[in-house]
Amino acid sequence: MFTGFLYHLRAYGLKVSMMEWLALMRALCEGYARSNLTVFYHLSRALLVKREADFDTFDRAFATFFADVSDIFDVTDAILDWLEKPELPRELSEEERKALDALGFEDLLSTFRKRLEEQDERHDGGNKWIGTGGTSPFGHGGEHPTGIRIGGAGGGRTAVQIASSRRFRNLRNDRILDTRQIGVALRRLRKLDRDQGPEELDLPKTIDQSARNGGEIDLVFSPPRRNKVRLLLLIDVGGSMDPHTVLCERLFSAAHAASHFKKFESRFFHNCVYEKLYTDISRWKGEKTSDVLKRVDEKWTVVFVGDAWMSPYELTYSGGAIDYYHDNIDTGLTWLQRFRLRCPKSVWLNPEPKRIWNAPTIRMIRQVFPMFPLTIDGLTDAIDVLRGVKPNKATTEPVLDESKNWGALA
Amino acid sequence: MPFQLFTGSDSYIVSPELRDAVNVAAALEKPLLVRGEPGTGKTVLAEAIAESLVMELLTWNIKSTTQAQDGLYLYDTIKRLNDARFGDRDISDVRDYIRYGPLGRSFLTEQRVVLLIDEIDKADMEFPNDLLHEIDRMSFQVSETEEVFTAKVRPIVIITSNAEKELPDAFLRRCVFHYIEFPERELMEEIVRVHHPDVEKELLDQVLVRFYWLRDLPDLRKRPSTSELIDWIAALRRAGIEADAIEAELPFLGVLLKRESDTNLATAAIRRGRVN
Repeated sequence: MFTGFLYHLRAYGLKVSMMEWLALMRALCEGYARSNLTVFYHLSRALLVKREADFDTFDRAFATFFADVSDIFDVTDAILDWLEKPELPRELSEEERKALDALGFEDLLSTFRKRLEEQDERHDGGNKWIGTGGTSPFGHGGEHPTGIRIGGAGGGRTAVQIASSRRFRNLRNDRILDTRQIGVALRRLRKLDRDQGPEELDLPKTIDQSARNGGEIDLVFSPPRRNKVRLLLLIDVGGSMDPHTVLCERLFSAAHAASHFKKFESRFFHNCVYEKLYTDISRWKGEKTSDVLKRVDEKWTVVFVGDAWMSPYELTYSGGAIDYYHDNIDTGLTWLQRFRLRCPKSVWLNPEPKRIWNAPTIRMIRQVFPMFPLTIDGLTDAIDVLRGVKPNKATTEPVLDESKNWGALA
Repeated sequence: MPFQLFTGSDSYIVSPELRDAVNVAAALEKPLLVRGEPGTGKTVLAEAIAESLVMELLTWNIKSTTQAQDGLYLYDTIKRLNDARFGDRDISDVRDYIRYGPLGRSFLTEQRVVLLIDEIDKADMEFPNDLLHEIDRMSFQVSETEEVFTAKVRPIVIITSNAEKELPDAFLRRCVFHYIEFPERELMEEIVRVHHPDVEKELLDQVLVRFYWLRDLPDLRKRPSTSELIDWIAALRRAGIEADAIEAELPFLGVLLKRESDTNLATAAIRRGRVN
């Protein structure tokens, strides 16, 4: 039965490792779940599922697997069955098998058996040792002997009921990217170099020098290694980007938390970049785009994040900006090209799926910037392009006559 | 290892799942990883365990610059160098210059201790991976002296993390995991009573209705937490505000909501009279 449960969980897409599975087996053999399915539910969840986002999947798997099992069932019997014939998942990888050998799987099994025998003796013979007393730390929901009222799932709800209620549905996130993955991807942007600036004590060299000096201390200083990457993140907010807010926040926080950039700046825009870029999401405070452009140069990496989804005139018309009070002289496309020319190391990340990338404005922007989907693969590709591992190619190269004059404009 | 009966304490109310998770983690000698919304009592849990099991609590507060080595020990080379050069101390024993961190100390004690590794997600991404060996073996080597220290009694390790960041899989596999759910009304009433034992029933009812209504507002970016609720009640009582006043408006909203956009959202919702 137990191996069945493991298969079942894996079939639902939960990546339960052997290490975790054996921890559960050990806990069961030690008698921590007694014979209570509710306790088993919490126990197995605590040991097998390590992300609250997966709780809902676990709940669904649990509810279907134990649908017909009454809440008082004998975990021991099930374990004894399993120990009789300890099946292991067939799809076990070589690595997992090695890990099992290292753990001494056979030893573990015999320990389990011994433990269960001890449990039997202590529980007046028989092969059942259902602990129903109130002194068990796993009291059957409700009152605890110390008089502290226990909250949470009490009131006689069964494990399957708890699992079926799917309380964790809202924690699910079939995420495209999570912060950690973004962080790992952004790491690849790192470019370490000995820097100018304040020097720090180089301890290994100092020791080496001092030893060579016959014990006379000779302090050696050298400049620290620093990351040279300067990153400007430009994020489209509002309107059609609303569904992607969480994703963008995640990218933003990952980039922000990445302490390894020499410089990191972020600005917001609405649909397209015009003469002003904003420092806050509500787009109240901002600065002139030309000032930003003056500050950055070809050493900077510029990453645009946006769906590039708008009306064509927002890109190609003077005064075409979406906000009616905004009367832009230069077209959106002009501004984008200025960025591209000023900072050749620039890319555009698009959270929309690739299949709609034929939309007119997306096509136009793709002529200016190489565009990548805002997924882990897309981000990795984009970073390869930025690092020069792959060629940096927009659909066509930007052409802009008055490109040299951007400082005088606006 | 006897199954220790952690049952919560007078000032810390624990759900049965969390209690079981703590006991299983202690019994299996695996670290307990606790996640949950801010303000759900993740950090206080370790204190409550230490208090109720009468154990010493060692706290390792993680910062963005923290490295795994910091938790084990530091070899103060500069001090030794300085002593060798200018001091008149005997510097022959390297051990005088080894300073143990919280993780190291938790392996050195004779008595079982509770080790809290607080806010592990604040550190560098590689940090949890650097701890794997120590967590598995519960031992470490001081390379300067070649001494190996192995925990005689494995500490009860509580690791807290905010929900936002993901931790590496290899690290997660080694932990027992518990997600502290936001307390439901009944449990919340008890928690409030721990902090405000003599709060009027009428006021508490009204406050809780309002509080959960606020939390349920769609599009709220930062939902108010337990600790904010407790502060709010303290403010309301200090100001002597009656229960029915809370129904009409939300005094001291700033205690509950910290973002301007959230405040606007809530005020607009009150104006629309969406309170049930």
